[in-house]
Amino acid sequence: MRKPALSTLVWIGLCLITLVLAQYGKTWSKSLDIGWIIKYPSWWVIPIKDNISNGMKWLIEDARIGSVFFIDITRSISWLIEQPYLLVKGFLSVGLLDGVGRNATQILPPLSWIVVISGISALGHYAKDWKLAVLVGSCFLYLSVFGQWDSAMITLASVIIAVPLGAIGGLLLGITAYKHPRFDRLLVPVLDLMQTIPIFAYLVPILFMFGFGAVSALVATIIYAMPPMVRITTLALRNVPPEICDFGVMAGCTERQMTWKILVPSASQSLMLGVNQVIMLSLNMVIIASMIGAGGLGFDVLAALRRLDIGGGFEAGIAIVVLAIAIDRLSQAIARKNTNTHREHQDASWLKQHPRSVIIIVILLVTFFIGQLLPFLQTWPEAWTLTTGTIWNDTIKYLNINHFDQFEAVKIFFLTYLLLPLKRFFLGLPWPWSIAMLIALGWRIGGWKLALLNGALSVLILVTGMWTKAMITVYLCGAAVVVSSAIGIPIGIWAALNTKVGRVVGVVIDTLQTLPSFVYLIPVVMLFRIGDFTAMVAIVLYALTPAVRYASHGIRNIKPELIEAGIVSGCTPRQLLIRIRLPLALPEILLGINQTIMLALSMVVITALVGTRDLGQEVYIALTKADTGRGIVAGLAIAFIAIIADRTISASAKHVRQRFGMEAAHG
Amino acid sequence: MKRPIAKLTVGLMASLMLSTAAMADVESTDPIKLTLHDWSGQLINTRIMGSILEEAGYNIEYVQADYIAQFAGLKTGDLHLAMEIWETTGREALDEATATGKVVNIGETGLQAIEEWWYPLYMKEQCPGLPDWKALKACSEKFATTETAPSGRYVGAPVTWGGFDDERVEALDMDFEVVHAGTDAALFAELESAYQRKAPIVLWVYVPHWAPTKYEGEFVEFPPYSKACYTDAAVGVNPNATYDCGKPRGPIWKASWSGLQEKWPGAHAAISAYKINNAEMSDMVADVDLNGIKIDAVVKTWMDSNQARWKAWIGQ
Repeated sequence: MRKPALSTLVWIGLCLITLVLAQYGKTWSKSLDIGWIIKYPSWWVIPIKDNISNGMKWLIEDARIGSVFFIDITRSISWLIEQPYLLVKGFLSVGLLDGVGRNATQILPPLSWIVVISGISALGHYAKDWKLAVLVGSCFLYLSVFGQWDSAMITLASVIIAVPLGAIGGLLLGITAYKHPRFDRLLVPVLDLMQTIPIFAYLVPILFMFGFGAVSALVATIIYAMPPMVRITTLALRNVPPEICDFGVMAGCTERQMTWKILVPSASQSLMLGVNQVIMLSLNMVIIASMIGAGGLGFDVLAALRRLDIGGGFEAGIAIVVLAIAIDRLSQAIARKNTNTHREHQDASWLKQHPRSVIIIVILLVTFFIGQLLPFLQTWPEAWTLTTGTIWNDTIKYLNINHFDQFEAVKIFFLTYLLLPLKRFFLGLPWPWSIAMLIALGWRIGGWKLALLNGALSVLILVTGMWTKAMITVYLCGAAVVVSSAIGIPIGIWAALNTKVGRVVGVVIDTLQTLPSFVYLIPVVMLFRIGDFTAMVAIVLYALTPAVRYASHGIRNIKPELIEAGIVSGCTPRQLLIRIRLPLALPEILLGINQTIMLALSMVVITALVGTRDLGQEVYIALTKADTGRGIVAGLAIAFIAIIADRTISASAKHVRQRFGMEAAHG
Repeated sequence: MKRPIAKLTVGLMASLMLSTAAMADVESTDPIKLTLHDWSGQLINTRIMGSILEEAGYNIEYVQADYIAQFAGLKTGDLHLAMEIWETTGREALDEATATGKVVNIGETGLQAIEEWWYPLYMKEQCPGLPDWKALKACSEKFATTETAPSGRYVGAPVTWGGFDDERVEALDMDFEVVHAGTDAALFAELESAYQRKAPIVLWVYVPHWAPTKYEGEFVEFPPYSKACYTDAAVGVNPNATYDCGKPRGPIWKASWSGLQEKWPGAHAAISAYKINNAEMSDMVADVDLNGIKIDAVVKTWMDSNQARWKAWIGQ
């Protein structure tokens, strides 16, 4: 027993030293004239960002393979992606056109709202049942009723193009990684970076390579949405039972047949989950994509907020949520649908086999011809649209005028007791000590590998001159994570213990996750003014979801025997919660906090829009100045913080599981 | 975008006949790409220019692009025309781009940009002597909030817009803390919030914009801007500091890809001739942002009531 006690003492000592250093480090360093331990001197900074910018310039202007310029290759890819996009957009939104600009003639009008709504409902019925058909149908009807149809169809068109490309690309990469472990080892860190570098950081190079317009937005969406597909593919293929593979070998399958006829079909259910992820992430990108030319609902949200039309922004934002819900439920239903059911009437005619397709074709033809005479069948008349009008603006105005003092009091409370102390702590800590502590923490939790990773990544942040900004980021996200966990975990536990609450919380959480953060950013600014607290509120609203979700999942998944054992031995409900449920759910809760940190870091760039001074602002400035190197360096710094946090917390979650015997210790 | 089919077919036939006539005399039928940003004034300005070029028979494509990032596209010829480069915020980027020879400045749009510190009129009672900057300096504590007290709080523009407000506060020895809004939306959200409560606020406002139409207020009068004041410490009220004066006011420029003149000379002539003024623009921006009229409708109204003007620009 003596040994652990000693190491605990050492850790308590280290923590105390850290606190003292954070408090007095600045004054001491000044009196000793070693200011460099607080503020990393600018002449020690390695000019990586200039190198990246120059490299990019070379790639765009001079790089070539033989006589083909690099930029020609990317531009042809861009052309290839554009063609199907224009086609889909033509069907859904503008109609098929001949020629360009105003001189274009419309060969075919776009699909009418009736056709699209009945088509999507039929798909819902095909995938599951009438209930789903009604749900997705009414989701799309919402788009017409609230006058979001045109924009929603443009957004839908880009999702329809981005998702298959992302899914197929992910699938192919995943299969390659499954077959070649060396490629897999190379790919994993790349995927980590793809998921953690803010999109703003690589928008500029994408604009250079693929040109301005919808295609660049599509490419950015695909890069952002692909990683989960790759991961799920590799995982799913590994989980295919070995007997199935053996069977394939015995039947004499070639390598190719083995992949496409055996492995991929047996993993298809998990693969569809990956596709679902790609869809949701593509919809998350709608706002950012609209900044570089995707148009659609994202642009409506931005434009509405620029004229402080909170209601307009909210309606367009909800339209994105509704679209996401419809597509999500549909794709989940299709994923679950057993594709191997036998058709009952093999001998029946095509018409009888495909009643839904027939109905849709009839509706299509009818609306097309009658629509020429009765235009409301073709496009939803503007007079029929509803709007929530000024309700949202009025609500905010009411709160602002009557309750501003209360809001102000809350803000001051958080500033004095949480934000400012945390800020002083992180900015006061000398960087050599911070790095040493990160290494020590890594060593204690995850052994020398984690220690090495933490050390290397934090030194990289330091030498690129991003240390101070990184500390502001850590402080802001740290505060947000503390608040999110403090709010989210109890709500999650409550939701798990009470079904009714659980249902309500589920809806709220789903909405918060798909609602673009811009929609609530501006009202939050109006109530709390520009500053760190506003940024924190915005981050908390976005990052709350996983804290709630994982906590409730963890509590629900505890084996009922354990709870019963507790009840039998006479635990009060309170003891049941504190002694049994919470400890057993702890690993899940830790994973939830891990996800919260990831989401908080991904929000950092968005909060730059309300005027923070962190890495997010650096990325944002780089975007508006089209400075590739600056954006990528700051983006990488954010990714490094995310990776350090992720690895450290995953390792400690593993510790906890081992302690409770939920997972065997090494070997 | 909502066009009933029946009307459309008629319209299409008409435009088809027109276009075949017009097509004959334009130099190239490739679309001219105009950039769109996210503020209404720029959208209106660009759409009017686009409509005029369409009347002249050119094909037009609108591309959403970031204000500064668009220069990358203008240099390569991906984008062809940017209708609003503000002297105040975009001059640096414009000069950098024109220096490469791949982008050209095609002159003023006729709009004059003003960017300056601005306060709502109700602040005048609390700070007698406004709009003079000395009066503002004297009552800086009226603008304090809990975070900035005892200094006043000034909400500046996004960092990327420049403006040298941190330097200005220093040079004029004004007891204000500069808080940078991240976006224009956040900036005006602050104003709306303060205006609803009649709370003290001084912030960066620019025209042409809808805010001065919606809210009553005035620009602060700083010592007038001169180039020397920004570069020479000796010039201005503070002999030891630069930036001891107001912000420059200046035209909003049109900029294009340098190949535009060669490829579409007629369009280039029309773009060069294009002029519009602050008063018309303010009215149109207010129509769109405050009265909820669609941009297309506002543009159409302008086109209908200014036929003689734009016809002269395209030589009809």
